[in-house]
Amino acid sequence: MKPLTQLLEAALFAAAHPLTTAELSRLAPEASTDDILSGMADLRTHYAEGGHAVEIVEVAEGFQIVTRRQFAQAVADAQLVRRPRKLSRAALETLAVIVYRQPTSRAEIEEIRGVSVEGVLRALQERELVEVVGRADGLGRPLLYGTTPLFLELIGLRSRDELPRLEEFSVALRPLGEQSGSIES
Amino acid sequence: MWLLTGPFTSSDTPFVVQVEAFSGPLDLLLHLIREQEIEITDIPIANIASQFLATIHDLGLNEAADYLEMAAQLLRIKIQMLLPRPFDEEGWEDPRAELVRRLLEYEQIREVADWLAQQASQHGNRFARGWVPDPPPPTPAPLLISLEDLLLAVERAVEAMPEPVLHRVVPRPLDVEGATSRIRGLLADREELTLLDVIGSDTSIVGVLSSLLALLELARVGALRLAQQQPFGSVTIRRETAHAAA
Repeated sequence: MKPLTQLLEAALFAAAHPLTTAELSRLAPEASTDDILSGMADLRTHYAEGGHAVEIVEVAEGFQIVTRRQFAQAVADAQLVRRPRKLSRAALETLAVIVYRQPTSRAEIEEIRGVSVEGVLRALQERELVEVVGRADGLGRPLLYGTTPLFLELIGLRSRDELPRLEEFSVALRPLGEQSGSIES
Repeated sequence: MWLLTGPFTSSDTPFVVQVEAFSGPLDLLLHLIREQEIEITDIPIANIASQFLATIHDLGLNEAADYLEMAAQLLRIKIQMLLPRPFDEEGWEDPRAELVRRLLEYEQIREVADWLAQQASQHGNRFARGWVPDPPPPTPAPLLISLEDLLLAVERAVEAMPEPVLHRVVPRPLDVEGATSRIRGLLADREELTLLDVIGSDTSIVGVLSSLLALLELARVGALRLAQQQPFGSVTIRRETAHAAA
């Protein structure tokens, strides 16, 4: 491996969160973004061809070394690591509203879900999956919420651009002739 | 729970559903609709409303709060459906339309939630470093130290202590009483004195102050009269004859 590739590997191994290209550039100021990306490609190939149990994934706008899926069960069964805690139904639905409508207010989430979301919102903030991103201009200037990079990491997405379009969620109940997405603000 | 009296008793319906299993009133409604394969644009409101009420019958008031609003809405729609429609159907607005819109919107959110759960569980099969939150800071290790090290440390600590600065505090109380009796003694001999006579040989600050305070006190009670002819001139002290006996 080239020295730069080794540096990248060392950084990814040591870091506790996905590293962006900007962060990786700090390793070698003289290296261009293309150098970083090509080094990352080398590392990816290295892991793929060398019979390694880990691979590189791109999540939350960054790169991360993760174990391959086939080892998850054995590693988890041996209780060597904990899987991230499963999200409740209420938490998932609340995230679903926020991720597609952000920035969005508590009132809007409650309107769509039909229940009070105060508690679940607080829990999501504590897990750092949701954060306050601003205030609305309307009456009372309500807080607006958005998802965090940790949320993208949780669902394994590189960025929100990778989310499926809302219309792609087939609504089985949707009557014929009403094909457009039903969520329109 | 007055809503649940009358025709809306649980015996009216064969449906037994656990409301805890639902994440809200819309979820429950969708369940009822799907269960009976109802066309969502043509919900038999009366039927659904009574099933809905029967389901939330067992709820405690806290959990019921979210559901009661929907129950009220269903009843309102039910009543609106009973109103006679105008002859031309054109001018008629389906009172269920808003509910249908919300149900479809919510159904979409449910599917997004399913997708998120699936994504999370798939990605959860790939362990990254640092996924587990940092463990709490370890408790400090028990102190392992030899006696010699400990004594040396004590010595260093003692040496580092600054030398305390000590002041000797000497009590020098004012002796106003002594000065008073001395002045009375002097005045018994002579009718008129100067300040220097009063102060006498004791020119310490305490002595002068004692004499001064005694003079002022004696002047106050009328035992003597103080006079000064000019600023900074000498002060004459004269016995007050009228009160000499006092």
